[in-house]
Amino acid sequence: MLRACLRGANATARKHCGRTPLTNLQHSRHYTTGESSGAAKVVAAGLVTVGGGIGGTILYAKWDHKFRAAVESNVPYSDWLLGVALGPPSQDGLPVKKECHDHQDTSLSAAVHPDTESAAAAEPLRERPVEEVTARLAQQDQEEQDVMAASLEDSLSSSAKATLHAIGAQEAALQAITRHTHKLKEAMEAEVPPQEKSDQWKDLEAALTDRTSAVNDAGAALLKASEALDSLKTVINKSKGLKVSAVRPLVLAAEENLHNMVVDLDKVVTKVQSAESEAKIVSQYSELVNEAKQQFQREVSSLTPEIQANWKGLTGKLSADDLNALIAHAHRRIDQLNRELAEQRVREQIHIDAALEQQKLEDQRAQEKAVDTALQHIKEEARLEQERKVRREHRDVMEAEMRTQLRRQAAAHTDHVQDVLKVQEQELRAEAEQVLSSKMLEQETCYRQLSQEQLDNFTLDMNTAYARLKGMEEAIDSHVVAEEEARKAHHLWLSVEALNYTLKTADAESPTVPLEGAAQVVRDSCHNSDFALALASALPEESLQRGVYSEASLRARFNSLRLLARRVALIDESHNSLYQYFLSYLQAALLFEAQQEAPPTQLSSEDLDPFKLLSYASYCLEHGDLELAAKLVNQLRGEARRVVEDWLNEARLTLETRQVISLLSAYANAVGLGTTQAP
Amino acid sequence: MFLSRYLVGFPTAENMADEYGRKWDRCLADTAVKTVTGLGVGIAFSLLFFKRRTWPVSLGSGFGLGMGYANCQHDFRSPFLIHGRMVKDQ
Repeated sequence: MLRACLRGANATARKHCGRTPLTNLQHSRHYTTGESSGAAKVVAAGLVTVGGGIGGTILYAKWDHKFRAAVESNVPYSDWLLGVALGPPSQDGLPVKKECHDHQDTSLSAAVHPDTESAAAAEPLRERPVEEVTARLAQQDQEEQDVMAASLEDSLSSSAKATLHAIGAQEAALQAITRHTHKLKEAMEAEVPPQEKSDQWKDLEAALTDRTSAVNDAGAALLKASEALDSLKTVINKSKGLKVSAVRPLVLAAEENLHNMVVDLDKVVTKVQSAESEAKIVSQYSELVNEAKQQFQREVSSLTPEIQANWKGLTGKLSADDLNALIAHAHRRIDQLNRELAEQRVREQIHIDAALEQQKLEDQRAQEKAVDTALQHIKEEARLEQERKVRREHRDVMEAEMRTQLRRQAAAHTDHVQDVLKVQEQELRAEAEQVLSSKMLEQETCYRQLSQEQLDNFTLDMNTAYARLKGMEEAIDSHVVAEEEARKAHHLWLSVEALNYTLKTADAESPTVPLEGAAQVVRDSCHNSDFALALASALPEESLQRGVYSEASLRARFNSLRLLARRVALIDESHNSLYQYFLSYLQAALLFEAQQEAPPTQLSSEDLDPFKLLSYASYCLEHGDLELAAKLVNQLRGEARRVVEDWLNEARLTLETRQVISLLSAYANAVGLGTTQAP
Repeated sequence: MFLSRYLVGFPTAENMADEYGRKWDRCLADTAVKTVTGLGVGIAFSLLFFKRRTWPVSLGSGFGLGMGYANCQHDFRSPFLIHGRMVKDQ
């Protein structure tokens, strides 16, 4: 008994965990003071000690999780005991889990949950890594908000659940009521056999019980829902009082939800009430019908007591009296019913009026109620609207402020960006200008190079073309010149030929015709050639004026002169007396040298004898070598030389002229050959 | 050139032979004239002064012959004669 009491005390102590062990002790003391035996005292004291230790351990374990963990790991079966006493060991990350759960709820539920919105609003705040303080503050706010949102969510979900439950119960009640009414109607109106009738009535009974239980349930659920809504309202008010700005949308949404729930609940309640009133009418009607039936039966039984109430199958059993009586009764009854009907009609009018009155009242009441609820709802809505408006205004103000701040920030940012852009622009411009200048320079050089190249090419082409043209012109000119030259050369050649011909016009005794004309022609034909001019002017004057002797005449004269020269061969500058003349004449008369003798290639001193020289010269003359003859004759000395001087001059003249003419003819030939063009 | 100029006026081929012929002609004629003249002068002197002696005749003809000889030689020697002349110092 005592143990049971102690166990019960312990159990109570475990159940009410917040209580101090002192009360526990008092309890036990209270229970132990009742007994007075010593052994029992010892046992009780030990039990109290053990129980106190266990209770203290449990309490401390509840307070300190570490201690609980240590106890569970060290003392056997203590984890079971602690699990029984305190439930499963709690984890440290419980709020986090809860939050996660909440988040899951919010993401899952279709209802409006501004938590995501607030989280979205908090996200950029948290994202800023620079402002740690604000982040921390925001985190704190977020935590508070999370707690608030969690409580709100809890109450909201519980109230929603309750409301849904209540609505469901109301619906069920409504259905039960309608079913009951329907069945009642059926049972009343259907003409069925009595067995089925009893079944029907049984069903009706069952429906009635269902209906009553459903209505009770609905009432309980309504109560619970209203309680939950009240608690939600309080929570909302509390959270409103907290003035946390981030929670406001949450609260507003919760309020809206609450309002919606209330409206739904009210609607369902009105529906149920209307259904109930209808059911009431039907039941009243059925009661009236039953009453009338019973009355009729009673009347009939009073009329025919022998005939049982069972109407069926009594057609053959009735006698004429009975029938008469029945007919009379029926007749009376019909009269009475007619009267009643008339009366009823009159009464019905009154009833209808009364019922109309009642209905009117009821309608008025219902209207008032509906008006009240509508008013309330409208009020609520207006309040919500007002709050929303206020919130919107607040949000507008905040937004305006935020906009100004943002604008300011944007301005600052714009300034900064402008500065940066300016710097960048300058840098980029400098860079671009540098690049541009370099590119320009490059392009310019390239262009210059190209233009220079083009110019060079053009100049080259022009030069080549010009050179070609020049060449052509020159070719033509040279052609012309060559033609001219050729013509001139021809002319020159012709004139030289004429000159040459004039040389041959000489007779044996007389010189040629004067060469002046032919030489003039030559000079005219070669007045642009210095060489030819020089040659032409190198013609001896005498040959021009007088003409030259031919070689034949010179030869003839040499032969005549030779005698004279022989005769004066001995005379020279120192030996020039008359006596010497005699001697020379004698010598010439006495000497007989060879008439002609081939001259040696080289003259020696003994060859300079006048006789030998003369014979050499004679040989040369005979062989046409006038020049060599003149050279040999030139070697004569003294009087002989004086004698041949004239001849020598003439020979020189002839040679000169002939040389010049031969040179001219060679020149003319050369020019003619040079200017002659290949066909 | 000068010589040719000089010679222009003369026919050159027979010039020298003609010159020699003329010289000889002139010599002979001169010598003959001088001899005859000397002979005459000698005869005159012999008749007039020396009473018909013969030596003045031979002397005179000798003078004449000598003179003729000298002239002839001079004539033949003429191309080789060099006539000097004084060049005044300025």
